[in-house]
Amino acid sequence: MNLAGTWALFVKEVRRFYSVAVQTLFAPIVSTLLYLLVFGQVIDTQIEVFSGLDYSQFLIPGLVMMAVLQNAFANTSSSLIQSKMHGNLTFVLLSPISPLEFYVAFIAASVLRGVTVGLGILIVGIVGFDLSWQSPGWILLFAVLSAAMMGGLGMLAGILSDKYDHLAAFQNFIIMPLTFLSGVFYSIHALPSFWQAASHFNPFFYMVDGFRFGFFNQSDVSIYLSLGVTTAFLIALSAINLILLHKGVKIRG
Amino acid sequence: MSNSGIAVSFKNVRKEYKDVKALQGVSFDVEQGAFFGLLGPNGAGKSTLINSMSGLVIPTSGSIEVMGADVQSEFRKTRRALGLVPQELISDPFFSIRELLELQSGYFGLKGSTQTRWIDELLERLALADKAKANANTNQLSGGMKRRVLIAMALVHRPQVIVLDEPTAGVDVDLRRTLWEFTKELHKQGHTIILTTHYLEEAEALCDRVAIIQKGQLKALDSTEALLSKHPFRYLKVRVEKHSPELPEALTSRLVDQDAGGLTFKVEKETSMSQMLGWLHASGLQVADISSRDATLEEVFLDLTAEGAAA
Repeated sequence: MNLAGTWALFVKEVRRFYSVAVQTLFAPIVSTLLYLLVFGQVIDTQIEVFSGLDYSQFLIPGLVMMAVLQNAFANTSSSLIQSKMHGNLTFVLLSPISPLEFYVAFIAASVLRGVTVGLGILIVGIVGFDLSWQSPGWILLFAVLSAAMMGGLGMLAGILSDKYDHLAAFQNFIIMPLTFLSGVFYSIHALPSFWQAASHFNPFFYMVDGFRFGFFNQSDVSIYLSLGVTTAFLIALSAINLILLHKGVKIRG
Repeated sequence: MSNSGIAVSFKNVRKEYKDVKALQGVSFDVEQGAFFGLLGPNGAGKSTLINSMSGLVIPTSGSIEVMGADVQSEFRKTRRALGLVPQELISDPFFSIRELLELQSGYFGLKGSTQTRWIDELLERLALADKAKANANTNQLSGGMKRRVLIAMALVHRPQVIVLDEPTAGVDVDLRRTLWEFTKELHKQGHTIILTTHYLEEAEALCDRVAIIQKGQLKALDSTEALLSKHPFRYLKVRVEKHSPELPEALTSRLVDQDAGGLTFKVEKETSMSQMLGWLHASGLQVADISSRDATLEEVFLDLTAEGAAA
C-alpha cells in the first residue's frame, strides 16, 4: 500500500478545489442559502411538513444534503475531466499509485469538499433558524456516506466523459433531476401516490431522508432502509469504478 | 530487481484498437546502460510501445518487463524504475512548477530535504529556476519551457530508465542542445535512455543501439554502427565540371540527387569503385572530384521503411 502516495494525491485534490475556493466552496454556499431565503421565508408559515416544525427548519437539512451531494459529485467529475483534457492525469498514471489508492484519494477529497460546503450552510441554519439536532452520529454518517457515494458517481461520470459536454449532460439530466426529486424541498408523503412510489427508486431520496432523520428523529422511511440503500449504492459504485480503473477504461489508452 | 542486464524486455506485445493493430507482436530487449533509439514513421506504434512500457496503455496481449519486473503485476516497481517524458505537452493550471514537482515526488513517497535539493537541482539544470521563483504555472509557459517541466517531472523520482518520446519536437536549437547535453550526462551516470525522435541525425549521434518499427512490427534491431555498416549501399558524390547530356542506364538507375554541388549516386557495396569509375568515364562527364560515404541512419531508415511500405 502506497500510503504516502495516496496522501499526496488526496492533498493535491484538496489543494485543487481550495485554490478556487470562491467557485468551489463559497459560491455553492451562497446559492444554496438563496434557496433557503426564497423557499424558506415565502412558504414558512404555509406548510407544516413534520409536526411542530417550521418549513425552513425542515428545509435546511435537505438543502445541506443537496449541497453535499452536488459538490461531492462536482469535485471528482470536474477534477477528472479537467485532468484528462489538460493531460495532467498522466502524472498520476505514471506514479506507483494503485487503482484503489487513486479511488480512495479522490473520494476522500470529494467528501471533504461536500462536507465543508454542507457545514457552511448548516452553520447559517443553526445561527439564523434555530435549527437543532437529535442524533449527530446519523447526520455525520449520512453526510460522509452520501458524499462518498456521490464522489463515486462523479468519478464514474469523469471516467466515461470524453469532453465537458458529456459531463454537463450527466449533471443536468441525471444529477439535477434526481436531486430535486429526492425530497429536499418536501416530504414524499405530500406527493400523489404514483410519485411517492417513484421516489423510492431514487437513491438520493434515502440519503436526504436519512440525513434529515439525524435532525428530527422523524423520516419518511426507516433510517435503516436509508442506510442500507446508501451503503449498497456506495459499494456498487465503488466496485464499478475500481473495475474501470483497473482495466484503464478511457484512462489508460 | 533485474540481474540479467536487461533494462526493458518486450515479449510479443500486441495492442489492438477496434480495427487498428497498433502493435503486432513486438519482441526485443533494451540492455541496461544503453542509449537506445526507437525509430519509425508517424503512426508506426512507437508511442503505443512506450506508453505500454510506462503503464499509460494496457497491451492487448504479451508482456513487458522493466528492470526485471512486470509492468502489470509489479507496477509499483516498474513505475519507480521508469521516468517518461511524454510526447504531448501537458499543463496544470492549478499548481506552480515547484508544487507540481513536490506533488509528483509525493506520489512516489519522496519528501524531505534531500528531495527538495534534488528538485532545486532539476530546476537549475533545466533552466526553470527563474520561472519556479516567479511561481509560474505551466499555462504561463512556452512550449519549450513546458517540455523542460515534463523532463523534470520524469526525473523527480530518479528513475533508472528514462524514456523520452519525441523530446525535441517543436523546441528551438538552443534547448535541443541543452536537452541532449543533459541526457548524455544522465547516460554517463548509468541511466538507460530510450529515445524516439524524428531527427535521425540526433539518433545516429546519440544512440548506440536502434530499433526501427513500422506498422506495429519490428523492422530492424541492431547497434547503430552495425545497422549502418550492414546497409547494402554506399553513396558517391561526384562533382563535375561539365555535364554529359545523357547518362548511361547504369548511372541513371543509381542517381538519387542532383544539385549545383554535383551528382549523388546510391551504389551497391558489391559494385566496385573501378566499375563505377568506368561508367563515369564512359558517360563523358568531366569529373572534378569524387567522394564516397556510408549511408546515414536517415537513409537506412528511409530504405527500411520504404521496403515495408511496398511489401
